[in-house]
Amino acid sequence: MRWGDLLGIAPFLLFAILFLIVPTVYLVIGAFVGRDGNFTLQNIVDLGTPQIISSFWISIRVSAASAIVGALLGLILALAVIRGRLPETVRSTVMTFSGVASNFAGIPLAFAFIATLGRLGLVTVILKLWPFEFDIYRHGFNLLSFWGLTITYCYFQIPLMVLIIAPAIDGLRKEWSEAASTLGATPIQFWRYIGLPVLWPNLLGTLSLLFANAFGAIATAYALTGSSLNIVPILLYAQIRGDVLNNPGLGAALALGMIVITALANVVYLVIRTRAERWLK
Amino acid sequence: MKPSKIWSWVIFALGVLYFLGPLIATIDFSLRIHREGYSLDAYRNVIQQPEFQQTLTYSLVVGVAAIIVGLLVVVPAAYFVRLRTPQLRPVIEFVTLLPLIIPPIILVFGYIRMYNSSSLLPLTNSAWGTNLLLTLAYVALALPYMYRAVDTGLRTIDVQTLTEAANILGAKTPTIIMRIILPNIIVAVLSGAFLTLAIVIGEFTIASLLNRPAFGVYMQNVGANRAFEPAALAVISFVITWVAMGMIQLLARFAPRTNARS
Repeated sequence: MRWGDLLGIAPFLLFAILFLIVPTVYLVIGAFVGRDGNFTLQNIVDLGTPQIISSFWISIRVSAASAIVGALLGLILALAVIRGRLPETVRSTVMTFSGVASNFAGIPLAFAFIATLGRLGLVTVILKLWPFEFDIYRHGFNLLSFWGLTITYCYFQIPLMVLIIAPAIDGLRKEWSEAASTLGATPIQFWRYIGLPVLWPNLLGTLSLLFANAFGAIATAYALTGSSLNIVPILLYAQIRGDVLNNPGLGAALALGMIVITALANVVYLVIRTRAERWLK
Repeated sequence: MKPSKIWSWVIFALGVLYFLGPLIATIDFSLRIHREGYSLDAYRNVIQQPEFQQTLTYSLVVGVAAIIVGLLVVVPAAYFVRLRTPQLRPVIEFVTLLPLIIPPIILVFGYIRMYNSSSLLPLTNSAWGTNLLLTLAYVALALPYMYRAVDTGLRTIDVQTLTEAANILGAKTPTIIMRIILPNIIVAVLSGAFLTLAIVIGEFTIASLLNRPAFGVYMQNVGANRAFEPAALAVISFVITWVAMGMIQLLARFAPRTNARS
């Protein structure tokens, strides 16, 4: 390695250190500093208040539900499009649309679902008419709730699943299902003993990626529910804005909690992906 | 038709219903500002607001700035990793994945703590400092996509031979990167740029916490105060995303189809 080479990489490293690594580490350290400036574990202990625990719990539930539902439906859609012998144009349309929809998160997504499933949303109104005559809001549905948020998150979770799992499904060779059926296996047996076991690591890995994706998201939930749904990123947002927890150290501890959970989910994804790639070469 | 094929069509149709439903509903809602029939007034109201033009322009400028800074950071690094220091590849690739692991709200919280008025580098003290911080935050958000796009571009050209040829003709490294490498991977670079724009243009969390007049913050404001205008904004924003992603698809057709010497 020559000095000139290092000079080419220097801007990248400098940027990464100053604007990715150090701010995060600084925040993590802040979680262990008390008001007096000394080391303390009190901030971590203070995370145990009912308000914070319940916000973590609802965040984990929403993220898990949208990840599981999104992964399942995304898998089914990808299988239908790729292995269902649909025309090639269908496949390329779905992939292009997935690329767009997986980036269509944030504030506009909330607006779109208010126009769809809100109290005056198109679907809500249509379901009230003949022949359905079904008022979803009378029957306990609310867009500004756990399931409302989950359905909304699926709008970017399903396409993300399709994008990530498609190469893995392509990796299931035609020969495998031909060999299986030659040996007398039914389609169900093929999926039970060959297809799913090969896809399994990819599925688990993508599941944890989707979880992390939903766990860190805030804009959609904020535009949808204001602060009525108490998920962790919204609590942290309020804390950064106005120190609602009355303790800066506690804000840092909250951030640490988020980092730990998303990092764990991502590590699971990266580890599983490296293992899964061995099969699909 | 075989039953499995029928099922595939059914699943596809249900997917179309779920994904087109909200789009149709949003367009429908955005046109219903008056009780009697459809009208484009919601769009007119939005577009005529000075805040709409100001914030959209602001976000576009910050987005373009983020793309330029991002390229200055990413292209030399990707070039040197490919050409001379492949042993650094795992480190660099891990770093480019960090923005996917660290949620944006954590990133901006770290910035606010680290670059506040009482720190060594008080960027949040001035408007231009905060604008710079927002730009750099967007560079960080776009890093995974930008790096991958540039690296994919470099894979399709013969970096080694091009560099050697330019060296023999007396070109220095900055000239090689600017005038040989960059024009050769321009398609990949542009698709990374459009993806960055699509991600950044409606970004809310970071801009809002840095108190910047960005398009995402404006949209949130409208959403909290109006009924039909948000739907119009959602349609506009979807069109912007669609155009940016469409450009990427279009550019892919012009990508060079040569292979690196192996």
